[in-house]
Amino acid sequence: MAPGRPTSEIGRPRPRSEARRLIAGRGRYAGDENRTDQLHACFLRSPYPHASILKIDSEAAIAHPGVAAVLLWDDLAPVCKPWRTVSKAFPGLQSPDQYPLACGRVSYQGEPVALVLARSRAVAEDAAELIDVTYAPQPAMADYRQWQNEDTPLAHPELKDNIAWSCDIVEGDVDKAFAAAALVVEDEIVFTRHTGVPLEPRSILAEFDETNGGLSVRISHQMPHQLQLHLADFLHLPMSLVRVTTGDVGGGFGIKMHVYSDEVAICAAARLMQRPIKFVADRIESMVADVHAREHVVRARMALDASGHITAFDIHDLHGLGAYSVYPRSSTMETLMALRPIGAAYHYNAYRARADVILQNKSITGQYRSVGHPIATTVTERLVDRAAHALGLDPLEFRRANYVRPQDMPMTNPAGLRLLDLSHEACLDRLVELIDYTGTKAKVASESNERKLLGLGFAAFVEMTASGAEAYGRAGVQVAAVDSVSLMLEPDGSLKASASVCEIGQGIGQGLRQIIAQGIGISPALIALSLGDTATSPHGGGAWSSRGAAIGGEAAWGAALKLRNEILNVAGALLQCAPDTLDIVCNVITDASGAQRTTLRELAETVYFRGYELPKDMQPQLSVAHSYRRGQDAAIPTNGIQASLVEVDTETGLVRCLKHWVVEDCGRIINPLMVDEQIRGGVAQGIGAALFEACRYDAEGQYLTGTLADYLLPMAGEMPDIVIAHVETPYSGSAIGAKGAGEAGTCAAGAAVLNAINDALARRGASLSETPATPQLVLHALDNTAPEPLR
Amino acid sequence: MKPAPFAYCAPDSLDEALALLAEHGEDAQILAGGQSLVPMLALRMASPSIIVDINRITKLQHLEETGEALLVGACVRHAELLRYALLHPRWRLIADALDEVAHPGIRNRGTPCGSLALADPAAEAPAFAIALGAEIVLASTRGERRVPAEAFFLGIYETAREPDEMIVAVSFPVPYPDWRFGFEEIARRKGDYAIAGLCAGLRVEHERIAEARFVFFGVGDYPVRALQAEDMLAGGDPTDTDLHSAVATATMDEIDVSGSVEYDAAYKRRLVGVLARRVLGQLAATGEVT
Repeated sequence: MAPGRPTSEIGRPRPRSEARRLIAGRGRYAGDENRTDQLHACFLRSPYPHASILKIDSEAAIAHPGVAAVLLWDDLAPVCKPWRTVSKAFPGLQSPDQYPLACGRVSYQGEPVALVLARSRAVAEDAAELIDVTYAPQPAMADYRQWQNEDTPLAHPELKDNIAWSCDIVEGDVDKAFAAAALVVEDEIVFTRHTGVPLEPRSILAEFDETNGGLSVRISHQMPHQLQLHLADFLHLPMSLVRVTTGDVGGGFGIKMHVYSDEVAICAAARLMQRPIKFVADRIESMVADVHAREHVVRARMALDASGHITAFDIHDLHGLGAYSVYPRSSTMETLMALRPIGAAYHYNAYRARADVILQNKSITGQYRSVGHPIATTVTERLVDRAAHALGLDPLEFRRANYVRPQDMPMTNPAGLRLLDLSHEACLDRLVELIDYTGTKAKVASESNERKLLGLGFAAFVEMTASGAEAYGRAGVQVAAVDSVSLMLEPDGSLKASASVCEIGQGIGQGLRQIIAQGIGISPALIALSLGDTATSPHGGGAWSSRGAAIGGEAAWGAALKLRNEILNVAGALLQCAPDTLDIVCNVITDASGAQRTTLRELAETVYFRGYELPKDMQPQLSVAHSYRRGQDAAIPTNGIQASLVEVDTETGLVRCLKHWVVEDCGRIINPLMVDEQIRGGVAQGIGAALFEACRYDAEGQYLTGTLADYLLPMAGEMPDIVIAHVETPYSGSAIGAKGAGEAGTCAAGAAVLNAINDALARRGASLSETPATPQLVLHALDNTAPEPLR
Repeated sequence: MKPAPFAYCAPDSLDEALALLAEHGEDAQILAGGQSLVPMLALRMASPSIIVDINRITKLQHLEETGEALLVGACVRHAELLRYALLHPRWRLIADALDEVAHPGIRNRGTPCGSLALADPAAEAPAFAIALGAEIVLASTRGERRVPAEAFFLGIYETAREPDEMIVAVSFPVPYPDWRFGFEEIARRKGDYAIAGLCAGLRVEHERIAEARFVFFGVGDYPVRALQAEDMLAGGDPTDTDLHSAVATATMDEIDVSGSVEYDAAYKRRLVGVLARRVLGQLAATGEVT
């Protein structure tokens, strides 16, 4: 039964069935949960980027009315152990022990030092002001670009240096390629640290049942099973006594996939206090305590031969981390994904990349949507534009001439990426139509004048999705790459289902219901799917690497087919005909002539209540489970191309996005509405990175952009229309052929915007290699090449 | 982000409110729209011991224009004044400026008088108050007094208001028909605080500038009149683009610009010149105001 059946659910643009409930204000987020005897938590966080803690006097705070306790690391130590990020994928990784509350010293501004538990958050904050901490401030490592300077302070005095990790990736003879090159283009691009900002902040409610030793955690999180595993480990409990539940999650973006000190502290505190503890991070602490990402300086060179073909890349990535490498996956995963996808859309022969990854006394960095790929894409596409410009070629034709061609695949490229089932040229052809290339180029030319310059920029991309077990298994990091779905037919013919994927607002629940519906022949409205509860859903990966459809969907399909077969076997027995002459269409079992013979409801009632009607030895299994792991390809590559039209005000330096286009190939699309809106959200984050978002620190490591007045997110007024089209090249290695789609928007949007800005600036002979492209940077770029100073 | 404890009072009369201010002085904060105060309370940047909520005082809710002046009470919302100004073209400067204040939701609650009392260097209301020659009406148990807007702003978040006083209204004299006004602000995103802005007016007689008002905001501790630029414009032809350029260059030298963490002084200075030229261009195109 092919997924492309005419009456298929797969491919249908159904609105999310959760949407109505959420819009009507019936969402149940972790912050909506309450227990009658709960305590509210407030963290006292370090005001210093680097300091020893000499003394903590919490007497006045403890005595404050309404306060139940003020906890420090020493209080938690009996029930909780510290953790250290270790990964065989990053040999030599330096990352000291991490504690739920600071132990002896603080290594970044915002690090939790003390935990106040009180009858309300307000009272807890009042009490926190009364805690007297004596710090001895130390010099802070606040500028990773100074890493080779002898005077630069150590982020951690016990480490020999500030290098978290270094690596060299080499394939082919890069020096020979550059020596023989007809053209070499190069750039140094500065990417400013920024962060994902989920609308719903991190929130947790933890309770410990001392009668059975069980910990229950209600949390806004992307992977409850992973968290369950780590909490069990840190708190010395078996997994069977730890339950993690997610419920509605208001956005994750990777920010909510990590193990956070403050959340572990809450769980340890619940154990100690034997009362439920509730913590909702407010926006101020979220800005400093949520993981940050994408702080890089990349020097890159690209060699081309005489026929204008790319032959080699030579890269140096200086990557700035925070005080620790994030647990458990390591902040250095971003390093690898900032490097390996460089050039991936194009054919080339030799590749060399060196990364130096530097610890700083700043907030911890970690996975954030599209992990590393936006860096790789921006670097590649800047070089590609420079080459096209130098050769006097149309930027799209240059790309077309250099693309990896279908006949080249499957292949492993020099950077080690396995490429297959990609459709670069088809996407490019579609984009040319979509943007009315000729018309838009004419508009750019005719509407550009002295005061405002229009620019059109492109970014082709390859994004590696749906990571398999190789990503972390070989590293010795316990990350589930297998996902499972369970299905149980109810007596009334409806379906109860559970799965190991996680709903974080991306709509995977809707997608799985459509897959299951098609696999069985049941209406999606009859499927109750429960996700995110470790007590009732199988262990699995949760939400990361855009795996929901590509991996969870395969498990759902397999389970649906199993149940369908089982139902038809039973039906065959009841109807006295061969099961393979029967079908299930819209909850009704039909025979070869199309006649309706019985319904799922009738069949289920028979099995549950009148088993004597079945053959003596038949044991119907109306409860099935199926697990899926991908047996080949470390990740599923996807591809696409984005375009951005911008307007640059040459007097103020302000940049406006006028329009944005995406043509993307994520293989078989389960629900186009879900996919397109994921892409749009991702594009918003890419625009934010290119124009607005920056986590800024001063020279002493003081965090400066602590509120949403300082940290600028693109809002509705800044967003252009985003036009989306798809090419569908199914992944050849799975039944449905879906690939990951959730991160594609973020992967290349920033690169397209930066290229558009540079297209505009090029009219004045200027260029810009830093994001975000603040108005001052834009004017600086214009000034440095304009023949006369601009007034 | 929860406020420190505070007492709360919502008097029905102005006298009651003034009595509270007389008693508590600097320990009291007035609550009208709360669009600046409430975030400051949440961030614990302000921790008054008592909040005096003036939203029940009907006397403060009036927006009325006599032949002489437009009187805007302390509880009149940005949105109300904006609607009024849109309907009465002589107040076009107020309409253009208020349209840039934050977002509609905030304008529905926030108040121009609140903005004047806060005196944020990047706010629009202090600038158009100065540009229009407004008077701020202050009241206390000691009586009522009026302070010209130009003398009201003394520093960042610092005004001539005494701790026991509150703003009860702002009075805008009706501009003569021969005034025309222009406004522009430069902000990173729609609704953001201005990086720099300009409220300007020209009184044009017989196609010549008789008088000019040039008030920059966002570039110093409080809005500042470019007096030399105003002198340069006097007697000139409002459509003379060479005059525009000359004034733009002069303002960049005249105005003492301070930078901020994100935007340095050199960048803001450039914006001063850009604003001058753009607004003068707007004013050249504007006909007479009726």
